[in-house]
Amino acid sequence: MTDAPVIAMSSVAFTYKGPPPVRALMPLDLVIRRGEHVAITGPSGSGKSTLLNLVGLLDRPTEGVIEIDGMNVSSASERRRAAVRARRIGFVFQSFHLLPHRTAAENVMLAQVYAEVPRRRRLAAALTALAQVGLDHRADSLPTALSGGERQRVAIARALVNRPSLLLCDEPTGNLDTGTTSELSDLLARLGQDGATLLVITHNPAVAERAQRRITIRDGHLVEQGCGGAGEHGSD
Amino acid sequence: MSTEAIRARRGARPASRLHPRDLFSEALAGLLQRPGRSALTVLGTVLGIGGFVAIVGLSQTASGQIGNAFNSLDATQVTVNDAAAGNASHPTLDFPPDADALADRIHGVVAAGVWWSVPFSHAAVSATPLSNPSSQSGALSLTVTAATPGALAASGARLQSGVLYNQFHESDDQNVAVIGATAAAQLGISDLQDQPAIFIQGQPFTVIGIISGDQRLPQLDLGVSIPASTAQRIWGPPPTSQPAQMLIRTRLGAAQVVAQQAPVALRPDNPGLLTATAPTSPAQLRRSVTASLNEVFLALAGIALVVGAVGIANTTLVAVLERTGEIGLRRALGARPVHIAAQFLAESTALGLFGGLIGASLGVAAVLAVTVYQHWTALLDPRIVLAAPAAGAVIGLLAGIYPALRAGTIEPADALRR
Repeated sequence: MTDAPVIAMSSVAFTYKGPPPVRALMPLDLVIRRGEHVAITGPSGSGKSTLLNLVGLLDRPTEGVIEIDGMNVSSASERRRAAVRARRIGFVFQSFHLLPHRTAAENVMLAQVYAEVPRRRRLAAALTALAQVGLDHRADSLPTALSGGERQRVAIARALVNRPSLLLCDEPTGNLDTGTTSELSDLLARLGQDGATLLVITHNPAVAERAQRRITIRDGHLVEQGCGGAGEHGSD
Repeated sequence: MSTEAIRARRGARPASRLHPRDLFSEALAGLLQRPGRSALTVLGTVLGIGGFVAIVGLSQTASGQIGNAFNSLDATQVTVNDAAAGNASHPTLDFPPDADALADRIHGVVAAGVWWSVPFSHAAVSATPLSNPSSQSGALSLTVTAATPGALAASGARLQSGVLYNQFHESDDQNVAVIGATAAAQLGISDLQDQPAIFIQGQPFTVIGIISGDQRLPQLDLGVSIPASTAQRIWGPPPTSQPAQMLIRTRLGAAQVVAQQAPVALRPDNPGLLTATAPTSPAQLRRSVTASLNEVFLALAGIALVVGAVGIANTTLVAVLERTGEIGLRRALGARPVHIAAQFLAESTALGLFGGLIGASLGVAAVLAVTVYQHWTALLDPRIVLAAPAAGAVIGLLAGIYPALRAGTIEPADALRR
């Protein structure tokens, strides 16, 4: 199972039911191997978010098969898909989605609630994750007391805390200024170098440039622009 | 990041879980995010539950007070009516001459005696002999009661001075009288040393005692009592309009049984002539008092509870809509719809539970305040107090069902776009 790609999509397509039905993703193949750092760019409405929802198991494809760590998750039960989300996927959102009344550490620990991590181990794991993003000294701060960049680093720590197979980042720098964006893309690149598998959806070329592979999505089609990435891929 | 071993250990567990302790702490955290709103939300439940506990407690306490008074007097009293005499064509007395002794033999009887009001159409009692007995000048309009010695004892009359007439006076038809304190004052009799006489329709009677404070036969206090046999000798049996009665004082709790046995014991040859009535049992009385006191107030408390439930439902629904982003996040973190629904259900149930706890406390406090002020004994069924928070929790649970279902059906992809 460890040889299986983290993500293997074959002939995956998605159509919004409508009415009228809208074809958001044309049938596509995409393989992301363990340890790869992949950026997906494209204009608004190109299907980036749809792809992210499919990979993140928040939507089911209307056609094709998605495998995560070798498991077919496109036809799995909702229970199973929720378990995969809890343990194998870490989400980072553009708008952070931190709970405002909880400290940084408590926000990180929220990810452990649904992943069956014993309570006594949660704080240590959360502090380790916060240390990974350089925020262990702000563990007791409320999100309102943190800068935008710090908030997003807390969100990344939350995504990392369960040691997922895949870190799924949806416009992680979309709400950040240029300086903070650069710091954050450094952090993502470093995580990638440390062996994390990253799929970053962004429209910021500077963030995309830090990835091993760059894929552009346009009108529902994938176009590989990659540099150096060893991953096989397909596009139609 | 050496994660291979961890990934292998995790394997492919089929479902994400939400531990009950996590559910509890997440729900509590959700409520404490907005303490002010939570406090206002539980207000309806507090009023409803508090009102309910206070009303039930106060009515239990009030009927307890009624019960106490009732027990000490009426629960120990049986009245035997001469039913046949009331329907007879001419005056008659169906109680045997030895009725007092017969009744005394019934187990549980403390004292028993026959009495009736001697009917006079005009004022008949005077302290001096009247030259013309039919003229009313100088005579007082006092009630004259024919009562056996047992009836005097059963009435609970307290002797102020002198003596009560006894079985000797009764069996000998003696012209003796016991007068009430009020009547004594009207007749100008205070000293019994000289054996003062009074005249009832011209008949002389020696006053041998003055009584007061009678509880069961108040007319004894206001008038003159004479032996029943004397009354019957002079004026005949009691009139059909006011037939004789027997008053029986019983031991506590014996009234019902004595009432069943008395007619047979007094007239074994024809028990149907007499009817005995025991008091309403205290339980029945309490029930009727409680019912009549409470219906309106319980309805009001019920309305407050419904308003409280609607308040919880409304607030929880607003919270669901406000926290759509949080719901999307939790779903992305692995929560299943049932986990989301359970969390909001737990929050609404906790709101109801808190409302019930606070309401029950305030209700008990209200009952205590009233009883202390009224110098009553507080009576409150502990089951009511314990059930109140549970009722609040059930109300919260019911109120949370719709918002929880709404929360569970929110699509995470939509929710995260907010």
